[in-house]
Amino acid sequence: MSEYALEINGLKKVYDNNVEALKGIDLKITKGDFFALLGPNGAGKSSTIGIISSITNKTDGNIKIFDVDIDQNFPKAKSFLGVVAQEINFSQFEKVEDIVITQAGFYGIPKNVAKERCKNLLEKLSLWNKRGDQARNLSGGQKRRLMIAKALVHEPKLLLLDEPTAGVDIELRREMWDFLSDINNKGTTIILTTHYLEEAEQHCNNIAIIDEGTIVENTSMKELLSRLSIQSFVLDLEDELKEIPDLSIFDLKLQDSKTLIATLTKDEDLNTLFNKLSECGIRVKSMRNEQNRLEELFIRLVKEKDGN
Amino acid sequence: METKELIWSIITLSEKELRRFMRIWVQTLVPPAVTTSLYFVIFGSLIGPRIGAMDGFDYIQFMIPGLIMLAVITAAYSNVVSSFYGVKFQRAIEELLISPMPTWAILFGYVVGGVARGVIIGVIVFFVSLIFYPNFEIANYGLTILVLFLTSVMFSLMGFINAIYADSFDDIAVIPTFVLTPLIYLGGVFYSINILPEIWRNISLANPLLYVVNTFREGMLGASDVSIPLALAMMIGFIILFTAICLYLLNKGIGIRK
Repeated sequence: MSEYALEINGLKKVYDNNVEALKGIDLKITKGDFFALLGPNGAGKSSTIGIISSITNKTDGNIKIFDVDIDQNFPKAKSFLGVVAQEINFSQFEKVEDIVITQAGFYGIPKNVAKERCKNLLEKLSLWNKRGDQARNLSGGQKRRLMIAKALVHEPKLLLLDEPTAGVDIELRREMWDFLSDINNKGTTIILTTHYLEEAEQHCNNIAIIDEGTIVENTSMKELLSRLSIQSFVLDLEDELKEIPDLSIFDLKLQDSKTLIATLTKDEDLNTLFNKLSECGIRVKSMRNEQNRLEELFIRLVKEKDGN
Repeated sequence: METKELIWSIITLSEKELRRFMRIWVQTLVPPAVTTSLYFVIFGSLIGPRIGAMDGFDYIQFMIPGLIMLAVITAAYSNVVSSFYGVKFQRAIEELLISPMPTWAILFGYVVGGVARGVIIGVIVFFVSLIFYPNFEIANYGLTILVLFLTSVMFSLMGFINAIYADSFDDIAVIPTFVLTPLIYLGGVFYSINILPEIWRNISLANPLLYVVNTFREGMLGASDVSIPLALAMMIGFIILFTAICLYLLNKGIGIRK
């Protein structure tokens, strides 16, 4: 019995227009992982997800889902999978409840069991009061949550999330992540693609970065973030500041009269910075990271690959 | 999938297909009743008496099997072509592709939808015809039901093939409008080919729809212009051929997978 939920070897995809979307990627994802698959637009993320979920035909390579080779027994492999696609993929004229129950039926789940699971999921995803509405009347965020309910109704062991929070407002996004983290804690392996890199940083244990059809990085989130050589912090000041104090060892910028940006290298520590600021009579009220750390790494990795 | 799961999945898809056309019954079930009533009023009651007998039957009586077939063929074909193209267009096809349902079960579910609509429409049009010709008696119930069923299956499969290749809503209208309708109208719905000059009679014999319409007329009236065993064999042959084509296309992912 393999320790992997998903094993991809030499996966290639060439589309009819001769675009080579995947150039032989290898990827192994451990059971129970919360895994981020990131990359710029057109990098090959959706092609990978599409092939795993059988929406796209592969050109070459092989895929095993929980040890089941998709070329040997695709129906069995597919029974382990739940997929939240990037674009809405349900009939807009069906009722919310019918969409979820029908999806369960496609997996051979009897109606009475499906109804119970549907109620449970719609309640957790704050859609229960919309169960009788036609899907076309839902908001963008509600539609995305319906996609999640649909993907989970057959209780998959591996959940593929292709941009699950696109168009979802901040509060609901947080609720969705709590819900997904809970599912992951209960043992479901999750693979995520997203453009919100801070979400990947916050929730995922491991990460692969794909660009132009090849994997340019595949490591743990912790290891990747430790490679950061500099970090920027936003300091909200107690009093107004007219000019930047001369603290030659630190790189400081004044964003406005009460906000200072401090950029620290790996060797510099925050205690020294605070001491120096105190010596100058500057009191810091609060502090936060200036920008998403993963974003910075992501851009760097993709640029390195492009040779820029 | 285990057998029990497979059966549930087929029931689910079939139920979904039935729900789809029942939900929009004003668009799917009412129009054939209205159109057929107009045919009966104009060609049956107003013009029919002037035409006189056709193959020994009142003209309105002669028209009934043809008009039922016209409605059944159109309903079965358009149900599957619009439903399957609709799920492609809305990307809801992904729900099926992602699931472990085998391709034959997907095809079966859509054909169930097409057959159900075809048969329901056939029954509706028959009851409408009884308003205009109350003394109508079916000559051979077994053959009538068999042809109704085979026709619905055959045209559901044709609709499925059309939907697989369709890339736009225009593509699902081209075949019914420019191929199917002319072949049905020239397939003996309104006349017996015995009234045609020999050359047109021979050309008409190359029209497959003539065999469908006439076999059904044999079932309902006991009169036909073609050989019934040959016609039934043709229909079964076409069903086998279309099923094989559908399964080949589905398994290859043509028109549905990237």
